[in-house]
Amino acid sequence: MPFTRYAEVGRIVLVNYGPESGKIATIVDIVDQNKCLIDGPESGVARQVIPFSRIALTDLTVKIQRNARAKTLKAAWAEAETTTKWEATSWAKKLSMKKKRATLTDFDRFKVMVAKKQKSAIIAKKMEELSA
Amino acid sequence: MTVAGVMRQYQVVGRKAATDDHPNPEAYRMVIFAPNPVIAKSKFWYYLHQFRKMKKTTGEILDCVEITEKNCRTVKNYGIWLRYSSRSGTHNMYREFRDVKLTGAVSQLYDEMAGRHRCRPRSIQIIRTATVGAKDLKRTNGMQFAKAGVKFPLPHRVSSAKRGQRALSDSTYTTVRPTTFFG
Repeated sequence: MPFTRYAEVGRIVLVNYGPESGKIATIVDIVDQNKCLIDGPESGVARQVIPFSRIALTDLTVKIQRNARAKTLKAAWAEAETTTKWEATSWAKKLSMKKKRATLTDFDRFKVMVAKKQKSAIIAKKMEELSA
Repeated sequence: MTVAGVMRQYQVVGRKAATDDHPNPEAYRMVIFAPNPVIAKSKFWYYLHQFRKMKKTTGEILDCVEITEKNCRTVKNYGIWLRYSSRSGTHNMYREFRDVKLTGAVSQLYDEMAGRHRCRPRSIQIIRTATVGAKDLKRTNGMQFAKAGVKFPLPHRVSSAKRGQRALSDSTYTTVRPTTFFG
């Protein structure tokens, strides 16, 4: 399997560890084998040097020059509709789903149980119709 | 002597103490890399008494001020000329580092000298530092990252479970091997 996600200027990354974990940012410049400079003015990530071990590469990129300023970055993000594209990926959806599940109250979990029961009742009835 | 760690850059100005026949001696200024101002002043006297006839007891420090990086939002290439003593003799060296700040590059230098040459910080004297343009780089390692359009994949990603990070997997036991290929 060839590599499709490269660490390059303009690659959108997801920060995995640290105070900004869970947010996306762009690689603005590469320092060396282990570190890069990221910036995410739209997502609230301060411009900083971060090691590759703390980030995950995504499939999205934006067209920017090396060392782009925050203003240029914001414009490039808006042009590429990065935030909407990211939120539409199943990766982002899974992350938000996990977050939501972690904040459920007992009443919410009760509602989930009732909804699951209703869903399986519909499926069971349909299966009975089809097998009859 | 100089304890390594995160280095800071200080401008230290000192002169011989004023006497009756020399009420206004010449002041000398040095840029010193040290972790704190105490060590910076000590290093100042270490160098200055090698270059001129003055020492801490016969002199006074007029000023010791930290120099902060003007722009720490871009990655620069730093060339550092140094003199270090190895087990067999003392040598000059030129090394290049890519970093966002000059003090970051100097900290990298001390760590690298310790790792590659077993050289302690006390044996290192920094002669000169300079910001180098991408086309004037001499060492291949920095050159490959300073090139335009640099890109590389991150192969064989091993996540470490050190330092209280989340565990390598969500459950204690698993039936599948972890994956190291993330595209």
